[in-house]
Amino acid sequence: MSNINIKINGQEVSVPAGISILEAAKSINVHIPTLCYLKDVNVIGACRMCLCEVTGQRALVAACVFPCSEGMEIFTNSPKVREARKVTLELILSNHNRECTTCERSGVCELQQTAEDLNVRDIRFPAMQEEKYVIDDVSPSVVRDPSKCILCNRCVSVCKDVQGLGALGATQRGFSKEIAPAFGLPLADSNCINCGQCIINCPVGALKEKDDTEKVWAAIADPNKHVVVHAAPSVRAGLGEAFGLERGSLVSGKLAAALRRLGFDKVFDTNFAADLTIMEEGTELIGRVTEGGKLPMITSCSPGWIKYCEMYYPDLLAHLSSCKSPQEMMGAVLKTHYAESNGIDINDIFVVSVMPCTAKKYEVQRPEMKVKGVQETDVSITVRELARMINEAGIDFNTLPDENFDEYYGDYTGAGTIFGATGGVMEAAARTAVEVITGKEAENIDYEAVRGVEGVKSAAIKAGDLTLNVMVAHGGSNIRTVMDKLRAGELNDYHFIELMACPGGCVNGGGQPIVNAQEKMTHDIRVERAKALYHEDADVLKFRKSHENPSVQKLYKEYLGEPNSHKAHEILHTKYEQKPQIDYKK
Amino acid sequence: MDDFVSIDNLTPLKEIIAKHKGAPGCAMPILQEAQEVYGYLPIELQKTIAEELGVSLSEIFGIVTFYTQFTLVRKGKYRVGICLGTACYVRGAQNIVDRFCRELNVEVGGTTPDMKFTVDATRCLGACGLAPVMMINEDVYGALTPDMAPDIIAKY
Repeated sequence: MSNINIKINGQEVSVPAGISILEAAKSINVHIPTLCYLKDVNVIGACRMCLCEVTGQRALVAACVFPCSEGMEIFTNSPKVREARKVTLELILSNHNRECTTCERSGVCELQQTAEDLNVRDIRFPAMQEEKYVIDDVSPSVVRDPSKCILCNRCVSVCKDVQGLGALGATQRGFSKEIAPAFGLPLADSNCINCGQCIINCPVGALKEKDDTEKVWAAIADPNKHVVVHAAPSVRAGLGEAFGLERGSLVSGKLAAALRRLGFDKVFDTNFAADLTIMEEGTELIGRVTEGGKLPMITSCSPGWIKYCEMYYPDLLAHLSSCKSPQEMMGAVLKTHYAESNGIDINDIFVVSVMPCTAKKYEVQRPEMKVKGVQETDVSITVRELARMINEAGIDFNTLPDENFDEYYGDYTGAGTIFGATGGVMEAAARTAVEVITGKEAENIDYEAVRGVEGVKSAAIKAGDLTLNVMVAHGGSNIRTVMDKLRAGELNDYHFIELMACPGGCVNGGGQPIVNAQEKMTHDIRVERAKALYHEDADVLKFRKSHENPSVQKLYKEYLGEPNSHKAHEILHTKYEQKPQIDYKK
Repeated sequence: MDDFVSIDNLTPLKEIIAKHKGAPGCAMPILQEAQEVYGYLPIELQKTIAEELGVSLSEIFGIVTFYTQFTLVRKGKYRVGICLGTACYVRGAQNIVDRFCRELNVEVGGTTPDMKFTVDATRCLGACGLAPVMMINEDVYGALTPDMAPDIIAKY
């Protein structure tokens, strides 16, 4: 595209034709405040925080939607602009529930930050609305507090356009307007998949995860409970950000150290269960390919995707792998093999999982996720909740030494760790499946074709005489694209499909630390966090294939027998059923 | 009783949807006609519309709750809409509303127990020259005084 010349605050700058004033200003590090803007997702000029003066324009213009043209003269910081923004912000604040000191967003709130940036010290307008909002905390995953909502529409756009769902929408009008599910239903009874993408894209504290930290503290304090914890692959790529470390810092060692200092009896790693998943899922795939089973087989790790499938593609449920997710496999193994071999009563062991995910909170309480009649995972907390616990305990995360996870269920390979990025499960499965099918070591185990943030990726993987056609998609809209094709019979040549509900996979899960919209303008956190995982896989870990995990091998020898054995099926596999999209008859 | 179609019978709705589906902005005429046929737009109808149009229920619900002409609850056979726009208001429309409510023994927005009348206060009906003005279904009444209420009601 050709460049044009514009002037921002008197500074001459050459920018690509047609980009917005906001983008142009960003390119020369001129900060324009925004609230509703979310790059590529919600570009609607609604909040009016980004108002700027353009010579020749009668009124102030919204920088996020106003395209630059040749010779344009822009002022982002005139008295008129400053006053307009301030009045608008004060009006927004006048109806905002300003309980900042106890709000979980404090410190990472875009509204709070904007008020600070604009030096707002007084709100000249009284609140026009009586407190009448009801907090929706029915869902095990997402809590909606409309008293803090600033009607920016970001959650609505993310849910509708990125996730293809539209669980949240604008309802009513004027002062009665509320972003909510249809008919005032709780999110739990709407078509919400619990992914939490609304949370990580909310500028304020109107959407947050259901906080389960008290349950964890209580278990740790209970002398009769043996409390074990395990953390998901992508936690080590996101957690550091909550303590001011650079995006995509790999913090596996500090993570283990922090968990130990919180008082958990054992500190294990979900990556172990990811390796176990590959053994089970890979074997299941080989079985379906060689003996004739439902193909393409589709991954079942992402609980958001599972609910998506149950609601929108119930006719295709047979394509799902019967494997439980790593979180649940871990819980099942800990409550059986670990408990038995350490003489702990199944009822005294308390399993906590740290997940990049809010849908995992939904998954733990699903009736399918039981072993020997007890819930496999007692509590699932997000990365943000873990960060709060670490702060609450007075642990200085950044000065912690690097420690190891406890042996056996804390041992993992690079294949397990890359589960956290889109394409990771596919690559991990390929590493194992190819070697199992051919019976010899593969020359190349880096499957670049399935990596990266392209929405839908496909590849042909050679395994001896066999070619496995695979597909990877992430984010609800891309899932829809793939599933609609599958329903239409266009994917009959495919063998294996990896689907993850969140864009970018777990590294960008709804339970990860908040990254504000301005930062997302210039950084793709999906890429930056994934890099940490691929780095651990390639440069840090001794083993890079799940079937080489010595502890997984040991578990099969000691307990499970073979992958897909009767025992394995009993504790590690399940099946799913159709669910209504909108459960209004409840 | 009124002559609205029961929401158990979705056939007329599906015909309405089929007629408009595909046209830009088709949700509006579908919702308008559905309300004419069924009298109101409960979740069952909105869900069907959302599914048939391939949009989310929250999107349809957003439209229905944005426009005051749509209703989520059953209304009477005759919908008395009294304008409370600026011109009508300054010409005493509030007294008209109060009188109709008293005559029919309902609150604003309420429906008589026999499902015959619903009284609503509306925004501008666009006939300010006739202020104060009201509509009962498609019939327009202008230059109203409170004492005209009993006679107007008696016509229905």
